[in-house]
Amino acid sequence: MTVAPEKILLRLHVNGSAVQCAAHPNKTLLEVLREDLNLTGTKHGCEMGHCGACTVLVDDEPVLSCLALAIEAQEHEIRTVEGLADGPKLHPVQQAFAECGAAQCGYCTPGFLMTAAALVERPGVPTNAVIRDAISGNLCRCTGYEKIIEAIALAARRMEEAATHA
Amino acid sequence: MREQELPSVSTATNPDGDARPLTSAVEASSVLRRAPQYPPDKPEGFSVVGKAGPKLDSFTRVTGQDRFADDIFLPNMLFGKMLRSTQAHARILRIDTSKALALPGVVAIVTGADIPVRYGILPSSPDEMVMALDTVRYVGDPIACVVADDELTAEEALALVQVEYEPLPAVMSIDEALRTDLPQLHPNPRRTNNIHKEVHLEFGDVEAGFASADRIFEDEYFFEGTTHAPIEQHAVMAQYGADQKLTLWAATQTPHYLHRIAAAVLGMPASQIRVIAPPVGGGFGGKTEPFAHELAAAFLARKTGRPVKITLTRQEVFYAHRGRHPVRFKLKTGVKADGTITAIHLQSWLDGGAYGSYGVATTYYTGALTTVTYKVPAYKFDGCRVFTNKPPCGPKRGHGTTQPRFALENQLDKIADALGLDAAEYRKRIAVDPNSTTVNGLRVTSCGLRECIDAATERTRYKEKRGKLARGRGIGLAASSYLCGAGLPIYWNAMPQSGAIVKVDRGGGVTVLSGTSECGQGSTSMLAAIIAETLGVDPSDVSVCYGDTDLTPVDLGSYSSRVTFMAGNAARDAASKARHLIAQSAAERFGVGPDRVGFAGRRVFDLGNRERSMTFIEAAQLAEARWGTIACVGSYTPPKLAAEYKGSGVGPSPAYSYSAAVAEVAVDLETGEITVEKITLAHDVGRCINATNVEGQIEGGVYMGLGEALMEEWPFRAGEHKIPNLLDYKTPTSLDTPPIEAIIVETDDKEGPFGAKEAGQGPLNPVIPAIANAVADAIRARIHSTPITPEKVLKAMDAASGTTLRLKKVTTPSKPSPVPV
Repeated sequence: MTVAPEKILLRLHVNGSAVQCAAHPNKTLLEVLREDLNLTGTKHGCEMGHCGACTVLVDDEPVLSCLALAIEAQEHEIRTVEGLADGPKLHPVQQAFAECGAAQCGYCTPGFLMTAAALVERPGVPTNAVIRDAISGNLCRCTGYEKIIEAIALAARRMEEAATHA
Repeated sequence: MREQELPSVSTATNPDGDARPLTSAVEASSVLRRAPQYPPDKPEGFSVVGKAGPKLDSFTRVTGQDRFADDIFLPNMLFGKMLRSTQAHARILRIDTSKALALPGVVAIVTGADIPVRYGILPSSPDEMVMALDTVRYVGDPIACVVADDELTAEEALALVQVEYEPLPAVMSIDEALRTDLPQLHPNPRRTNNIHKEVHLEFGDVEAGFASADRIFEDEYFFEGTTHAPIEQHAVMAQYGADQKLTLWAATQTPHYLHRIAAAVLGMPASQIRVIAPPVGGGFGGKTEPFAHELAAAFLARKTGRPVKITLTRQEVFYAHRGRHPVRFKLKTGVKADGTITAIHLQSWLDGGAYGSYGVATTYYTGALTTVTYKVPAYKFDGCRVFTNKPPCGPKRGHGTTQPRFALENQLDKIADALGLDAAEYRKRIAVDPNSTTVNGLRVTSCGLRECIDAATERTRYKEKRGKLARGRGIGLAASSYLCGAGLPIYWNAMPQSGAIVKVDRGGGVTVLSGTSECGQGSTSMLAAIIAETLGVDPSDVSVCYGDTDLTPVDLGSYSSRVTFMAGNAARDAASKARHLIAQSAAERFGVGPDRVGFAGRRVFDLGNRERSMTFIEAAQLAEARWGTIACVGSYTPPKLAAEYKGSGVGPSPAYSYSAAVAEVAVDLETGEITVEKITLAHDVGRCINATNVEGQIEGGVYMGLGEALMEEWPFRAGEHKIPNLLDYKTPTSLDTPPIEAIIVETDDKEGPFGAKEAGQGPLNPVIPAIANAVADAIRARIHSTPITPEKVLKAMDAASGTTLRLKKVTTPSKPSPVPV
């Protein structure tokens, strides 16, 4: 029989805030976000790294939080769907997903949004082929991806326009 | 700024306080509109229905704010885990839970003996138990349930439960289930095999039909089993309060059925149980019946007095299953030289898995809708569902009608080719007519099948391409129809299938209470749009309270594509009554008759003189002063549609949707690899309430069909599901899914809410045969089974060219047809 290890103090940077919590060192980042930090916006669909629902950004790169240990993420900037919007102002990918109907049941949506945010925050407007490739690790069973691709393209165009005007 | 300097806001009537913007709405481009015939109670025309726009819940979905079942955490909660059988078929000799119970942190363990009640979603097959009492029937069948302070401890405890099995021979195929020398999964003294259900129906003069045929086509097909794989794993939270009331938050498409069955299994009055369906993270039919983990959590919450959560692992979701039945078909069709169908004889054998589930209905559905797409003057159907030692099969998007549609449309192309007919024109010629009755007594009302075929084939220039593309490129067409809700409820009763309460607030907000479950299909937005249209407000003014058995009137659930038609009509009924009250008091103010009062743009006005108007808020307050609280009830009961024969209850629906799909494919002739380049699907939705949502449903249906056509499989080895995970169980990714073009066709159904029908399931059905027909066009050979893999493509090409006969022929059981007992 295994004995659960003692809890340790985790110091994390989540959505721009420094947070601390006591958790078992074998807990995944997904589990700590959802169960210890009450950030349930990040979802799980397999906990084996197959579906992409748990995608968060670690130092602006998409990471499957079900395969990452929270303890490993301590020195890094973590962003979840709760940290995408700027106050009441939605992130362009959130706005576009809502407008285009890219979220049906909405369960895979946070994972897609994080993958998409990482993509559109890079300079330039990605082609549809690049978008398809970027989200190929996220499974959606509702939409057929059509409106997700449309939404990401729309968000990228808007961000490019905003950058041009700025 | 000091408090006194703040601008004052009047809280009195505030008639102009309605400065919120109306939700932006745009016309959809891909809707083939008929001139709307406004219903008599909507003389001012539509202002909401027909507009595209975001779903009501889109903004909370994209911020992660919505709480799905597994997102609920309660103080002092326990985590539950189910011990599942490692044997496909075995007697349980002994279960020892003592070591597990002794593990620190374990609070309780229950087994089948603690809840010895048999239940089932269909009253005709109550063959399930929360946990096995003495027999396990598939790898994954629940045996015990542990609750502990944390998930890890519960998992460790499972490993300490000792189960002694006496293995029994496992029944792993339809052929084995038909044998008489293997043990029965469910003892049935009337039989010697594992047949669960047989159906034998005959309509019209089938013998004469075949006798008058110029050509008879006979083919055998196999449709592989598939699963729903919603991204949300099933989850439930159960709380038993000190007031002895039980609350369940469950990821369910059918809160009402869970409510009924939880009461029966737990032996509690239904009045003491509240079932809440939070947003569901995808269902597709996979969450339409009460599950063992839900009932076990409820039982353990009552037993321990602490909240219990059980969330299935992905592997367990594959065991919970209720997915698409694998079905073998024998299809015999008689036709005249011009292709006119003279008779069809369809035989189906369904692999049902270990329990009944919806299987009796599925068996009927493999035959019931054969006649709803094309004219069939004589029809014979023999269906046979068997039990096997696999996870139970049930309803998946297209419930039982998807499999035969693959066979029928595949053979129809073959007939067209044999007779030298254009496959599209042929289908249009034999399409059922609107306002007709099928030979098996199904009433067809609105029908846009011909329009759908025209739209999809013209958009893709199908006629110019089919049979004329270079080898390795193909185009395929298929059509289909689907229900807008099962005409009869699962358990017999004379009550409505759906109810709604609409309450109008003094501030201009409208709340609807509806027992529906929102699983992403957009039911919430549909209800808001229908109510907003009726009362002339904006959908954003409508608050939708759904899926809560304490608060919301019964709706039977989000299955059989019934919600828009049934819950939509119930909501419209309730809203129309509220409109009537508001119209009467406004009419008194205007000094005109109530028929002259119109509602639009948050205003209520005299239709004869639109200048004479008031805000909706004023009108609501006037009505409340005149009539008291404005809260109205509505309900929907489908017309009596069932014909007079046993089994006639499956198939009738108040309306049928129609679809036509065209698939364009490229096949690598060296490797057999299939690339679907585009799918164009035209769907007769009756009337489109929200084009964004309808397109989304069409695209999702196309995508799901694509997976079933090309890659999804349900394989077993040594009694075990070989691939119970999302990596090996292949579903299409964004790289596998082609561009999808959705074309919405409107036919304005007389009985649908504002003319609407369904879009959730119908669009899946034609996709699979359309791809099959496109592949056949590309390789000049037909494949009679799904999924259509590169291996089958190569073998089919070999077989067609007569080089080597490597493609295993699809067969059906040697027994010609199940014999009635």
